[in-house]
Amino acid sequence: MNINDFIRHFAEQFDDTAAEIFKPETEFKNLDEWSSLMALSIISMIDEEYDISIGGSDIRNAKTIEDLYRIVENKK
Amino acid sequence: MQDNPFSLAGKTILITGASSGIGRATAIACSTMGARIIITGRNAEALAKTRSLLAENDHSVILADLSVDDDLENLVDECPTLNGLVCNAGVGGLIPIQNITKKGIDRISSIDLVVPMLILKSLLRKKKLVKDASVVFTSSAAGVYRVSPGNAIYAAAKCGLDAYMRTAALELGHKGIRVNSVNPGMVNTPFINGDLFSEEQLESERRNYPLGRFAEPEEIAYGIVFLLSDAASFITGTSLKIDGGMTLK
Repeated sequence: MNINDFIRHFAEQFDDTAAEIFKPETEFKNLDEWSSLMALSIISMIDEEYDISIGGSDIRNAKTIEDLYRIVENKK
Repeated sequence: MQDNPFSLAGKTILITGASSGIGRATAIACSTMGARIIITGRNAEALAKTRSLLAENDHSVILADLSVDDDLENLVDECPTLNGLVCNAGVGGLIPIQNITKKGIDRISSIDLVVPMLILKSLLRKKKLVKDASVVFTSSAAGVYRVSPGNAIYAAAKCGLDAYMRTAALELGHKGIRVNSVNPGMVNTPFINGDLFSEEQLESERRNYPLGRFAEPEEIAYGIVFLLSDAASFITGTSLKIDGGMTLK
């Protein structure tokens, strides 16, 4: 897995946020489109694309997209 | 009928998903009310723990993964004739509709809908349910009374389970077999205390409950005990909402 693909999959969950907004350092919970349902979408995306189960606490522990990427990577 | 119609003395009851949560609480409550219990689940250690908590009687433990066809058939073969079935094993999972996969549908609906359908069918085919037996499905307020974001597969499975319950009640009435469901809201079990919800989310959800809290597993178990007992002898095809008033809001 690499971070660029991860960011692409991450961005695909959003409808109204431009793809170029998503960077490793993006603090995703500050995005207008972020919601508890979006958190579920991200968890589901990670399960589907990487076959890795993360929980709500992993989302809570990540500030940036890169933080979350590292968390997922460490579960491989 | 016995002197105390709420007693389960003399009844033999199979309980699936008895390793934890509502299943464990139901096994304990049924044993306290005098029943002989057969508990089943996937986790030997957790089942042994449940067994150790039961009031003394000639209970049995049968290890089975009910999503495996052979395990389900072996369980039914090993069961004695039953006065009651509590089909309680369940799994959850929050997946928004745009992220649904066939794997996700299969994982949830297999345990929550397909297994209950097959276990009842198999028990009937193998003549393991006595005349006047009582079947109770652990359904949910979700789907049947309320939907919430991310819960589509679970809600659909539980709606399906309730429809199956009512159809079974209609088909099996002439045998004297009663079929009902309990439909809990949120219950303090490993099911909700995993990593899915933050404490803030749970606190916010609790505010939807007029009684101001979620259920304890025993509070669902007592509804199941009632439906299993002769006190419920004219109740069939009913979804018993046990939700602390949540769906009133």
